[in-house]
Amino acid sequence: MDHIDWNRLKTGEVNLGTSIMAVQFEGGVVVGADSRTTTGSYIANRVTDKLTHVHDRIYCCRSGSAADTQAVADIVHQHLQMYSQTAGKPPSVHTAAAVFQKICYENKDALSAGIIVGGWDEIHGPSVYNIPLGGGLFRQPWAIGGSGSTYVYGYCDATYEEGWGRDETVEFVKNTLALAMSRDGSSGGVIRMVVITEDSVERLFVPGNELPKFWEGHEVLAAAQPRKKGVPDVVPMAVEV
Amino acid sequence: MTSIGTGYDLSASTYSPDGRIFQVEYANKAVENSGTAIGLKVKDGIVLAVEKLVHSKLLVPEANRRIQTVDRHIGLATAGLLADGRHLSNRARDEASNYRETYNSPPPLKNIADRLGLYVQAYTLYSSVRPFGISTILGTVDQDGPGLFVVEPSGVFFGYNGAAVGKGRQLAKTELEKLKLPELSMREAVMEAARIIYLVHDDAKEKEFELEMSWIGPESNNQHVHIPKDLFQEAEAAAKAALENFE
Amino acid sequence: MDHFPTNWGRPRNDAFDAYGTYPIHQRPKNDSFTAGVQRTQQPIVTGTSVLAIKYKDGVMMAADNLASYGSLARFKDIQRLHPVGNNTVIGAGGDMSDFQYLQTLLDELIIDEFTAQDGHTLGPAEIHEYLSQVMYARRTKMNPLWNSLLVGGFKDGKRFLSYVDLLGTTYSASTLATGFGGHLAQPLLRAAVEGNEDTLTEEQALAIIENGMKVLFYRDARSLNKYQIATITAEGVKITESKHIETSWSFAEGIRGYGAQTQ
Repeated sequence: MDHIDWNRLKTGEVNLGTSIMAVQFEGGVVVGADSRTTTGSYIANRVTDKLTHVHDRIYCCRSGSAADTQAVADIVHQHLQMYSQTAGKPPSVHTAAAVFQKICYENKDALSAGIIVGGWDEIHGPSVYNIPLGGGLFRQPWAIGGSGSTYVYGYCDATYEEGWGRDETVEFVKNTLALAMSRDGSSGGVIRMVVITEDSVERLFVPGNELPKFWEGHEVLAAAQPRKKGVPDVVPMAVEV
Repeated sequence: MTSIGTGYDLSASTYSPDGRIFQVEYANKAVENSGTAIGLKVKDGIVLAVEKLVHSKLLVPEANRRIQTVDRHIGLATAGLLADGRHLSNRARDEASNYRETYNSPPPLKNIADRLGLYVQAYTLYSSVRPFGISTILGTVDQDGPGLFVVEPSGVFFGYNGAAVGKGRQLAKTELEKLKLPELSMREAVMEAARIIYLVHDDAKEKEFELEMSWIGPESNNQHVHIPKDLFQEAEAAAKAALENFE
Repeated sequence: MDHFPTNWGRPRNDAFDAYGTYPIHQRPKNDSFTAGVQRTQQPIVTGTSVLAIKYKDGVMMAADNLASYGSLARFKDIQRLHPVGNNTVIGAGGDMSDFQYLQTLLDELIIDEFTAQDGHTLGPAEIHEYLSQVMYARRTKMNPLWNSLLVGGFKDGKRFLSYVDLLGTTYSASTLATGFGGHLAQPLLRAAVEGNEDTLTEEQALAIIENGMKVLFYRDARSLNKYQIATITAEGVKITESKHIETSWSFAEGIRGYGAQTQ
């Protein structure tokens, strides 16, 4: 192998091309994901659920290889059940993230898994952890991941504010994912979200035909046609001063 | 000693007809022969103190400590066979280290006490091994605040507000019960701990002993360390003075 | 029948070695199995340079808060300076997951030393030696920890500053820099520090380090104008909050074109 293999997928492997996200707010966390799973450019599943329960108040968003991330999530799920039984209390989100991290780091040569862990616990309240490809562990107020995320870093940086409530956070996740899905061929389908608070875990669903709409452009090269009223001229790009 | 000569006391893997395991009871005797160890759980910390009987004047002072450090925030004091105490503290360190490796965070003491209980209990099952001849006091300030546990030779462990094991445990417990532990500051607890160790020491039987004390709490940056020299000397002097007034 | 055991069970590569003529020690390297046994990974989430100098009172070190993902500035709030015990700071460039692993290793080492309660503590020299052994052992297993590290410290009245990298290479000097810093900042640090180690004040040292960080921000495409500074002195370890440096761009306003153009 003499090239850099960013995705580290085996040939023919099922890929969660993916746009995933988790954002913490005052009382909880919103995790969200698209629903597209691809093999190459064929959509193997258009209604995938990439939001995976690992404990009562902890979910993870999976990106990378479907097989790898399912296996890892299953192991962590088992581990956390053992933990809550022996400790007599639910694990903290940090504990869950640390178990994910350990597996991802120790098997970095074999896995392609980019995982975001989000949830609520008694000690720290809401929290979000990002575990990217190499198996590092990073706590963030908001995290995005998967191939679609690279198109929306700017949007998130410009939009996110501290101190949001639940509804604003849900809107933010929904809009970010819709934008990522509209630009990333490997993301698409529906938006699934989970709102995790101390008292409840609530599933939210946005069907693929009701996604938030944004500017989608119009043909400008065919400008030889007579100008329609109300549509402004296409002006040459302004030169920076 | 009704057990002697019956043959049921030769192995930990054999019950007596009335359902006792004499080897475990003998292990408790080993604890009772040892200098007293106490633990105090107070308002925001833990104080451990040990009456270390000195069997020879040739021994270097402060050598052969009976209070060990398991992790930054966990201390361990034993009464019983010194070597067993050192073995168990090493095991406790391994358990703490393993927890850290798995969960990337400091272990809660309950978890360590649980694991040590399992470990000690395993030594009551086989004819090829001898049960631990120690009772172990574990102290911490962890995510749940101050915590104090005692692991016994049988493998059972309990949580306490004040704990005493070894020779003078009865008198020590009586003294501990008189204290309003949850209201004591750590410094006050150090004074009380020193006083109790001096009080329970039986001058008639054992002449020499060395006081050993440690604490965990805000005063020690939530780390388990031996008491600073000046405070130690102050507490020791006060304990001696109190004893003279008492007598 | 293939008489070479190393070929058994492997797909035949007719294009390269149709008749299996290679002796065992020269098996063709480009069959589909080489990918399967490759163990040297590549860094993925990475940090860039670390700078450090000795000065009158101790050692000063700086590193920015960026962890990159290729060219994506992915994490803008991570700390690359890590205190170890009370006398040492390590600064890391390279793979951040490996750096986090090293942090847990060192934490374990410090706890082992603490629980011994024997009156000894580990200083920068011991920590650097330990790191160099770990780094060399891992490169020898063809599975290196992908970092360049600076170890700075102050203990028993002595300053300490050394380097160690993914190969286990080590060296010391009164100014050190990893990564891009080795090319861009190191000459500036040397010019300012060498010969003046015992007279430079903390303010002067800070100015030298900040100048290095500024040049790196101007010229290193994986850097960030948000960084922290560690000082290790007789007073112990101090790591500042993140800060920014003043940069200058206004001179560029009048620049026109790339040659003869004037408007």
